Amino acid sequence: MEEKQTYTISIYSENNIGLLNRISGIFLKRHINIESLNVSGSEIENVSRFVIVVNITESWARRIVGQIEKQIEVIKAYYHTDDETIFQETALFKIKSDLLFDQRQIQNIIKESHSEIVTVSRDFFVIAKTGRRYEIEALYDELQPYGIMQFTRSGRISVSKERMDISTMLKEFQLIN
Amino acid sequence: METKTLTQKQEKKETTMRISGAEAVIHCLLAEGVDLVYGYPGGAIMPIYDELYKFQDKLHHVLTRHEQGATHAAQGYARVSGKVGVAMATSGPGATNLVTGIADAQIDSTPMVCITGQVASHLLGSDAFQETDIVGISTPVTKWNHQITSASEIPEVMAKAFYIARSGRPGPVLIDITKNAQFEEFDFSYEKCTGIRSYNSKPEIEKSKVEQAADLINKAKKPFIVWGQGIILGQAEEELKQLIEKAGIPAASTLLGLSALDSDHEFNTGMVGMHGNYGPNVLTNECDVLIALGMRFDDRVTGDLSTYAKQAKVVHFEIDPAEIDKNVKTEVAILGNVKESLQRVLPLIDNNKHEAWHGEFKKRYAIEFDEVIKNDLHPEKEGLTMGEVIDQINKASEHKAVIVTDVGQHQMIACRYAKFNKTKSNITSGGLGTMGFALPAAIGAKMGDPEREVVAVIGDGGYQMTIQELGTIFQTGAAVKIVVLNNDFLGMVRQWQQLFFDRRYASTELVNPDFVKIAEGYHIKAKRVSKREDLQGAVQEMMASEEAYFLEVKVEKEDNVFPMIPTGSSVSDVRLS
Repeated sequence: MEEKQTYTISIYSENNIGLLNRISGIFLKRHINIESLNVSGSEIENVSRFVIVVNITESWARRIVGQIEKQIEVIKAYYHTDDETIFQETALFKIKSDLLFDQRQIQNIIKESHSEIVTVSRDFFVIAKTGRRYEIEALYDELQPYGIMQFTRSGRISVSKERMDISTMLKEFQLIN
Repeated sequence: METKTLTQKQEKKETTMRISGAEAVIHCLLAEGVDLVYGYPGGAIMPIYDELYKFQDKLHHVLTRHEQGATHAAQGYARVSGKVGVAMATSGPGATNLVTGIADAQIDSTPMVCITGQVASHLLGSDAFQETDIVGISTPVTKWNHQITSASEIPEVMAKAFYIARSGRPGPVLIDITKNAQFEEFDFSYEKCTGIRSYNSKPEIEKSKVEQAADLINKAKKPFIVWGQGIILGQAEEELKQLIEKAGIPAASTLLGLSALDSDHEFNTGMVGMHGNYGPNVLTNECDVLIALGMRFDDRVTGDLSTYAKQAKVVHFEIDPAEIDKNVKTEVAILGNVKESLQRVLPLIDNNKHEAWHGEFKKRYAIEFDEVIKNDLHPEKEGLTMGEVIDQINKASEHKAVIVTDVGQHQMIACRYAKFNKTKSNITSGGLGTMGFALPAAIGAKMGDPEREVVAVIGDGGYQMTIQELGTIFQTGAAVKIVVLNNDFLGMVRQWQQLFFDRRYASTELVNPDFVKIAEGYHIKAKRVSKREDLQGAVQEMMASEEAYFLEVKVEKEDNVFPMIPTGSSVSDVRLS
């Protein structure tokens, strides 16, 4: 029995309306929960990059990447294990301002966790932390006793250790043209 | 639209003209070689229909009686002609009525472009009258879809739609056009799409894989070919025949691959799958090399995957990368157009005969003949069997007819017993199993190749799902021959109820109307047969008719289709009774 593990699926695509719907549908019809999703620009102009984190078996990852690559606007898709990627998430914590001054321990937590203060206002201040999921969760656990007014965490962003040769593929297309 | 496309370079002279978006749609269709569209008008697509009226000498429109009928007709047209079928509908219910046919075309790889009208852009998302998110609804069942909100998008999107629909593994595309985009005027010019950077429609064939495949085929002691519709879509019928004959390999077809090879060819062992032939099913689990040509190892073909051809080395010729190793792990996969792949492999193939191995298929056929075929084609019981009706059609048509089938027992019987001597002669709903498919698909098939005889074989259940298309036959004069095999049951479901649900016939018995009177109501010649002695004459009369003809055959109520592989069973556990 093949074991499930965390895979990061990276998709290079055209920036078209409706593609997110097509891609999410591929996971939906297989009952696969998307743990994290991030869409942004990529190193190539006008080419979008999806980073999707799922917990599945490798054979499913391979088949899903095949189905994703079938979509007309998808240029190329890959799947990687955690060991094959460098990845980060970012979290924002909103906390009452008076705690920053009344609870010296909070300042220590900020310093030791290598997070940064994004803004301070009369009523609240915001801490940003970028790192692995466990680092963000550890910070959450430390801050939680003091009261967190709001918390949000981004989807995973990731780059692969191996080369992803999209630019060459696109150049070949331009040459044909 | 950000997608980068390649377009056919043309002499750069000023060929633009200022026209409406609706007129532009017509010019795009004409530029793509379309001369026939199926559809149903309505409020949101009226500007395009108004232009159709003006262009009716160049672009013929067939008014079906339901939008679903338009899609199935477009499918039948595409499957017989090899061209892209086109269907049109208005927004809202018109568009949603297309969905079944689109899904059917998607799973059976049929090239089709559907055009839907949409409410004006400023109303999008406001739940306006007859507004639906058809792009969202159709996303899982289209190869590609797109909504146009400005007339200037029309040429590029239409060019892309046709390119995507017909290239690579073909499929349906839906283009939704808002009403304001249809009215809007712009400077029109058209260039055909010849490539899209994110879509590789013609994967490169790897030389090393070709050599590995040839080596495996040459070394095989018990090779077996299963071919699918990819052979027909890739126009590789001749290459298939050459491979079979040169290497002496017994071969069988999937449901959709039927007619790619002459039914009576000495190496054609029949059909694989749930109701396929005994020999090819059983021997799938005894061959040493399984050569899969343009087929996708559908679950109705493989049965239980954990036992499917485990002893065999699998060589898979396939154009769709996502199908490689999806269901069955391959030893060698040759990605690419199957015609070109076979052309590369053929010179490397040794002449061979495999007579003893072929003899195994003949032995299994003899068993199947005694236990199933004899009773189906030459019954001793009083009631008419579906098999003998198909046999009479074979005789009257001399194996030349296009046989269009609906879904159910009659479909399996027709696909088992219909004889073909020309490709693109078997039109059926395979992957989706759409009841109601055959009547409109037969209309499209007849228009796709008017010279050919088209016989629709339909059950009494499926017939009533799109029976209104008799109106289309009457209005267009399409000379379709319709045979309804009436057992007053939803026969396949009843068979399953009998075999797996202790004969509890829950809601499968049909109380049917007088089908002959209904056909006659549409001014179609009609006859009913219930006795064996009348069958041959009635079939001959039908085939001799130059007009549409309806023949109802009252068949045995509780006949079953065998052989059968029960769902989840191994192909070698095929039942003969």
